[in-house]
Amino acid sequence: MPELVHSTKVKAMPKVNDFVVKFANVNGSGSASANNMFAKAVFRMGIPVSPHNIFPSNIQGLPTWYEVRISEDSYLGRREGVDLMVAMNEQTIKDDIKSVVPGGFVLFDASKSLNKELIRDDVNYLPIPLKDICLREFDKPAQRQLFKNIVYVGALAAFLNIDFKILTGLVSDQFRGKEKLILPNIHALELGHQYASENFDCPLPLRLKASDKNTNKVLIDGNTAVGLGCVYGGATIASWYPLTPSTSVVDSFGKYCKRLRIDPGSGKNKYSIIQAEDELAAIGIAIGAGWNGARAFTASSGPGVSLMQEFLGLAYFSEVPVVLFNIQRVGPSTGMPTRTQQGDILSCAYASHGDTKQILLFPSTPKECFENAAEAFDIADRLQTPVIVMSDLELGMNEQVCDRLVWDDGRSYDRGKVLSEEQLEEIEKFGRYQDVDGDGIPYRTYPGTHPHKGSYFTRGSSHDANAAYTEDGDVYAEVMDRIALKFKTAVKYLPEPEISDMAKNRLGMIFLGTTLSAIQEVLGSLAKKGVVLDTLRIRAFPFHENIKEFIDSHDLVYVIEQNRDAQLKSLLKIECNANEEQMHSILSYNGVLITAQHIEREILDSMPALEDAKDVPA
Amino acid sequence: MSYISKPKFQHPNLEPNEIGLTRRDYEGTLTTLCGGCGHDSISAAIIQAAADMSLEPHRVAKISGIGCSSKIPSYFLSKAHGFNSVHGRMPSVATGANLANKELFYVGISGDGDSASIGLGQFCHIVRRRINMLYIVANNGTYGLTKGQLSATADLGSKTKSGEESLYDNIDMATLAIELGASFVARSFSGDKQQLIPLLQAGLTHKGFAFIDVVSPCVTFNNTESSTHGYKNTWENYIALSEVDFVPMRKEITTSYDAGKEKEITLHDGSVIHLHKTGTNYDPYDKENALHHINQHKKKGKIATGLLYINQSTSDLHELQDTVDKPFNRLTNHDLCPGNEVLRDINETFR
Repeated sequence: MPELVHSTKVKAMPKVNDFVVKFANVNGSGSASANNMFAKAVFRMGIPVSPHNIFPSNIQGLPTWYEVRISEDSYLGRREGVDLMVAMNEQTIKDDIKSVVPGGFVLFDASKSLNKELIRDDVNYLPIPLKDICLREFDKPAQRQLFKNIVYVGALAAFLNIDFKILTGLVSDQFRGKEKLILPNIHALELGHQYASENFDCPLPLRLKASDKNTNKVLIDGNTAVGLGCVYGGATIASWYPLTPSTSVVDSFGKYCKRLRIDPGSGKNKYSIIQAEDELAAIGIAIGAGWNGARAFTASSGPGVSLMQEFLGLAYFSEVPVVLFNIQRVGPSTGMPTRTQQGDILSCAYASHGDTKQILLFPSTPKECFENAAEAFDIADRLQTPVIVMSDLELGMNEQVCDRLVWDDGRSYDRGKVLSEEQLEEIEKFGRYQDVDGDGIPYRTYPGTHPHKGSYFTRGSSHDANAAYTEDGDVYAEVMDRIALKFKTAVKYLPEPEISDMAKNRLGMIFLGTTLSAIQEVLGSLAKKGVVLDTLRIRAFPFHENIKEFIDSHDLVYVIEQNRDAQLKSLLKIECNANEEQMHSILSYNGVLITAQHIEREILDSMPALEDAKDVPA
Repeated sequence: MSYISKPKFQHPNLEPNEIGLTRRDYEGTLTTLCGGCGHDSISAAIIQAAADMSLEPHRVAKISGIGCSSKIPSYFLSKAHGFNSVHGRMPSVATGANLANKELFYVGISGDGDSASIGLGQFCHIVRRRINMLYIVANNGTYGLTKGQLSATADLGSKTKSGEESLYDNIDMATLAIELGASFVARSFSGDKQQLIPLLQAGLTHKGFAFIDVVSPCVTFNNTESSTHGYKNTWENYIALSEVDFVPMRKEITTSYDAGKEKEITLHDGSVIHLHKTGTNYDPYDKENALHHINQHKKKGKIATGLLYINQSTSDLHELQDTVDKPFNRLTNHDLCPGNEVLRDINETFR
């Protein structure tokens, strides 16, 4: 083992509960569950933590990273720079070591000596002979490979001062029902812990200290929360086609249905999951079910949502409720299937041909994924139109610390304006698309409700207020205007924007979805430099009126989003008639979550221009 | 244009059926298809079939795609809910509708463009999923609404009115349905009410996926001498493998049997299909034999019709998925929402 790298000789800045650990692994090497164990251990120590999985579109062999942000201040976005790199991938080790901040650490497998060119004189190396330890201690080839990951977690426990009991507890939880696996895993943890303790000064200046920040929190990913929200929201039918990163939405729905949706008397299922032949069928099935009065959803991502366009137009025009979860990934086309983006804002807002508009919800946290999923069914039923929940890969597939999920038992489902047999009996004449209440929302009936009242013909072709086919342009226009009115009414049923202050400061920020993860950190850091901003987080489309007011009441509003074309800004221009001059775009579209550092740089860079603009007399 | 409602003249002596409805109660709006269109005969046959079996019109959901064929649902059972969806996607809409409420009768109406071209994928998969429904393809070998292009069911060498000849082998919807696992497969001709009506009734009663390929000539674009989907060719080459009678369960006791009957098929509700001998000793339970027969006839330029294949012992999608008896669309908050106490425990698994 090269003497050169055997000790922590570079001065490291002490950091407690505020650093980034990044694991560089080879996809398919079994690192995911070990890395997750590390993040969960930090969570159980009561310290805010956010893991980010940066993975390839591949089963085995390509590089994959797991980046863990630890922040006592609850800054849970991504942060640039790595404090401790667990460098387990020879393909990427050069760049991985380069990304470590001066004074940081590199843990690597010292069974083979490190190439000279990889040695930096401003970082500390933590060599551990992982392969040799595993060869010595384990017999089976699979164990020798897998336990390397567990051994480095054990070593990290010594380096960073993780309570070892928490790790053994996690192993017991993970392998409940497979008890045979508990002991060897704990042994592997001990091997790493022991090696690190004996060969290095432990803990490092970089370390963890138990905290109390997670008392009422859970660590959950957005897709799991969506699946659970669908169970709570009363969905009975999920039709889908497998597509990263949306697949785990239906996995989660199925998992919880198996537990919570079995009729206790008969043992039969109160749900159905159909893996369709494609996304066209997936949304067709959901629309057929919605038409017939069951709550149904589909989950997909860019390419699948593109295929669903024609059906979305049918549901818009024939006014059938359906819920679509779009777990956005990087487009266009196949793009980067395993990376994140907010790239479908415009294409979903106006999905399908002709004059259409769709209801969008923008969750920012797993808790909101749960809530939006459940309320999407109420909104779809109330407004009789598709609701698209716009999550993204970052939110969908990464665990995040958030408040516990809560359900109000007093709440009951809003099935919207559906006429029962008795109600049909009382009315003179039923007209499917009549605007009886003046809010643009018509009444509907489920097939089979009444022997001779309430039947109608649902169609995507032009129809009059009684659902009869028409080619009369004026009648067509009346129906289109009534649907436009319905979308005005829609706003009052949609989650309001979250606003810090309407006009306390000259500057504002507008954002949505996962961009939220960076905002507190941006505000904290800018405040130290004397820059203060009001914030507005959009939670739904069509927009509430106070969004336009917010823009109007600021000199400049930064519109922060994760795509190339400033789609949200465009939508604000179109829908709020917002003044272009008052909006400044901050964009990020490299496939990973936007960082606070990026936003802060962009804001500070824009400042001189802003000051110049101010000098020009109005 | 399926919006002209039919005047409700009623013959005073029109006999009501068992639920007190007359044939008029089973009609739809006035047809807007061309005079003599085979599809109108299909509507008429459905009206007759439903009236004769005393089907409650509002317990039927009629679903279609796009095209001339897909207009048919407007022309029968105006008291039933209808859904004219998007081109080639009726199967998925019907699947979702069926999942939401297993208690209704589902009639899917499609055409050869709708089911054999743009919607071939969905057709294959609805057969595989065994949706409990009657799926009718009104098959005329041509695209009528877009003025006469060849469809994928047009036989090799068949010519359209404009003289365009089909250069490709056709897709046979009946053999395809049998191969993919449909449990009731029939073929008929819109001009042969006597055969079509009992097949429709049997298909409606059959539990599982029932498919009827109905040759239905397009009088405007594909009724030429050289077309294999025209009236002339169909009448001339029509082979009924057996004559069909359908006896609903309720009428079983009072019906007198035809002495020449060869086979009796009892459906799950006790209704009976009688197959009468017509020269060939046809066994509709034998899948391989069914495929062989259809293909043998086709080689000779003949169209094998009648009940081609049946299997009463398969499960439908709801049975495969073991769904609760109560239709999903009637499950309430109480049935579906696990409540906050359960959620509290679930939260613990995320710690």
